[in-house]
Amino acid sequence: MSPSPLVLRIDAVTKRFGALVANDAISLDLRRGEILALLGENGAGKTTLMNILFGHYVADEGTIEVADGDGGLRPLPPGSPGAALAAGVGMVHQHFALAESLTVLENVVLGTRTAWSPSLRLSEARAKLARLMEESGLSVDPGRRVGALTVGERQRVEILKVLYRGARILVLDEPTAVLTPGEAEGLFAVLRRLVSAGLSIVFISHKLGEVTAIADRVAVLRGGRKVADQSVAGASRAELAALMVGREVAPSRRMPRAPGAPLLVLEGVSVPGPGARPGLDAVSFSVREGEIVGVAGVSGNGQGALAALVAGTGPRPRGTATIDGRPLGATPRAVMRAGVGRIPEDRHHEGVVGSLDVAENLVLETLDSPEVHRLGFLRRRVIEERARAAIQAYDIRCPGPEAPIRLLSGGNIQKVILARVLDRDPRLVLANQPTRGLDVGAAGAVHRRLLEARERGTGVLLISEDLDELLSVCDRIGVMVRGRLTAPEPVEGLTLERLGLLMAGSGEERAA
Amino acid sequence: MIRFEPRTRASLGLVVGARLAALGAAFLLAAIPLAVAGAPVGRAFLLILQGAGGTLFALTETLTRATPLIFTGLAAAVAFRARLFNIGAEGQLYAGALAAVAAGSGAIDAPAGILVPAVLGAAALAGAALMLVPTLLKARLGVDEVVTTLLLNFVVLLFIQMMLEGPFKDPMGGGWPQSEPVLDAAILPPLVERMRLHAGLLIGVAACLVAHVVVARTVFGLQVRAVGENANAAAYAGIPILRTMLLVGALSGALAGLAGASEVAGLKGYLTADLSRGFGYAGIVVAMVAGLQPLAVIPAAILVAGVFVGADTMSRTMGVSNYIADLIVALSLLCVLVGGLFVRFRVRFA
Repeated sequence: MSPSPLVLRIDAVTKRFGALVANDAISLDLRRGEILALLGENGAGKTTLMNILFGHYVADEGTIEVADGDGGLRPLPPGSPGAALAAGVGMVHQHFALAESLTVLENVVLGTRTAWSPSLRLSEARAKLARLMEESGLSVDPGRRVGALTVGERQRVEILKVLYRGARILVLDEPTAVLTPGEAEGLFAVLRRLVSAGLSIVFISHKLGEVTAIADRVAVLRGGRKVADQSVAGASRAELAALMVGREVAPSRRMPRAPGAPLLVLEGVSVPGPGARPGLDAVSFSVREGEIVGVAGVSGNGQGALAALVAGTGPRPRGTATIDGRPLGATPRAVMRAGVGRIPEDRHHEGVVGSLDVAENLVLETLDSPEVHRLGFLRRRVIEERARAAIQAYDIRCPGPEAPIRLLSGGNIQKVILARVLDRDPRLVLANQPTRGLDVGAAGAVHRRLLEARERGTGVLLISEDLDELLSVCDRIGVMVRGRLTAPEPVEGLTLERLGLLMAGSGEERAA
Repeated sequence: MIRFEPRTRASLGLVVGARLAALGAAFLLAAIPLAVAGAPVGRAFLLILQGAGGTLFALTETLTRATPLIFTGLAAAVAFRARLFNIGAEGQLYAGALAAVAAGSGAIDAPAGILVPAVLGAAALAGAALMLVPTLLKARLGVDEVVTTLLLNFVVLLFIQMMLEGPFKDPMGGGWPQSEPVLDAAILPPLVERMRLHAGLLIGVAACLVAHVVVARTVFGLQVRAVGENANAAAYAGIPILRTMLLVGALSGALAGLAGASEVAGLKGYLTADLSRGFGYAGIVVAMVAGLQPLAVIPAAILVAGVFVGADTMSRTMGVSNYIADLIVALSLLCVLVGGLFVRFRVRFA
């Protein structure tokens, strides 16, 4: 079989931002009916390259050619999103660009008609949209307001928008970052259908599992350069990870260790959920010294209520929750005094204050300690010295202790939070989705730190949607379904399949 | 096409330059209505400049006008830092002025060393008390403090008028709605002989210095900045949100209250219902022009005061309405806000 024709050729594209070379002579080919994964860590240059393709940036050097209707390659005028759209390139960004107060149909039509055309011709559009949904398998009620849709549905609208404009090349920027595992599976099915209909897809990701599951070919970017371009068949995950990070990535190893005395003990704890969402329903389990207990489950099944309870930000529960035999407090200060270190789910929203610098964020939880202040005045020198030590010890990449933390990448912000939590020598660490959105290198650092804490005898409660993560670092794993938690089982007897079944709610026989 | 790219850091030169350019733009825009009013624009601006600082008298008048603006500007800057939008400095100023008169016009008979602090303290307490209710309503029930503090201004002003027609009315005042004068021992001494400039300016400058140190160097200041920028993260870190908000609200109200005491005890000597010429609202402009930096409040207040005083002179000489001053101040606020955009973003033409 001869290879299918080229639809896109990126030739030696270079883009510099000041001294930083974001893309260094990158060349890429995309063929008809192919899914190409663009793999790389945060900051490797994936998004920059796609922004050049889509005309948001202008490349300093290099050219881009896109196939026209007859299959001949034509140069794409740089710096013009309109030209990219006209040439059949459509992009679905990580952050959606939808008008929430308009309906699905209106959002799809938006921008396809000139401002002074007398009618939107919605009925015509409705018919075309229905046909597109039929063909692609993407279904959303066209009459609903986008504001009322779930994240997964909004993503479908974004893809439909691109298809509606007749895109032949679809660029998806980290499309699964916002999806549950189930939704991601659905998306993959749609993508397979689209390529079999002749579409070509560029799939930007830093998740190895996805890349091997969905892509035909993978191009790996590292530090702005293309370091590999190969067929996915035959590529191992470890090999891809090494290419992406630039060194061998040792999987986090859990040393066998006998757990100690019970630390966090919940007995029949119930908390009402916010609105219609589940809270906690008679949850009982314990975390012992020197063990990592994982909580799996699709998000929104009560994990938030469990995390709030242990973090001291939730309402007072029914039932008993104790740490070291004493009742768990109901304020952040009380639980911190009891020895709980907390890694919040949303690091930007709850973890750090963006305009404060790294040093200030590091002491945010210990402002009343005499090491931080004298008579109410901040001991700036001591604080900065501690920050420098943390930057060194945790490999936090930042301009220095005085850099506002909003300038840091997600992984480095998470390292700051880790340093803040672990430097207090907590008895128990609550880690809520600690590696969400992080690349392989940063996620590995988080895992290593949690395992080191476990070695020292710290108990860890790890709430995560990433089953691979849970299976690799936890001693025991329980599953949350509709506010109930299955009794945590030793990881040795657990498989992905068993966890999947429990998550679907078939493990109702709640063993003690 | 124009594109805005966020800057990672802005140099001090850029920040100051953008402010100055914004003020220049405001004056250029103000030239249009001046020209429409039929005044020779160049001479009008020259008169404003001379009227604001051309003579010792002009200079002291500008500083006298700047004194209440320093207090109200600082009140707004401190509160806005914590995302507490106190628009009620005008009302808090009057509450402070009423308390100053109550304490200073004979209720306490003491030497100046005691009476002046007592008058200032009473004014600060009154301003703080007035701000506590909106702050509490916001922190506990989420009631929009912009609405409550703004509307309280009118309530307070009506209350002042009622007091001036009733219990506070000066029996020797010839029927005018004004309070009894404060005792001599309560008067803030003048700074320059035969000029109106008084020691209130020094208190205002000192307040800015203290506020700067508190915001930049203390645990409380860090808590205020954290609560203002990201209350969720601050709460998660165990920072007492309610206490921080109440303290900030009280401080802001107290500063605005001091503006009232300073006007009564330093300038007028008694309270009337036209004590403030919109100082509470102008303080918001001062705070924004100062970029919410306590130290920058001092030059910003002097600048805004200079525009007001200079425009007064210009309007008297040329017969142009002195509303031009309000226009220039409003235009400079808008221009400074636009200028802030250029500080935060780099503009690219593609």
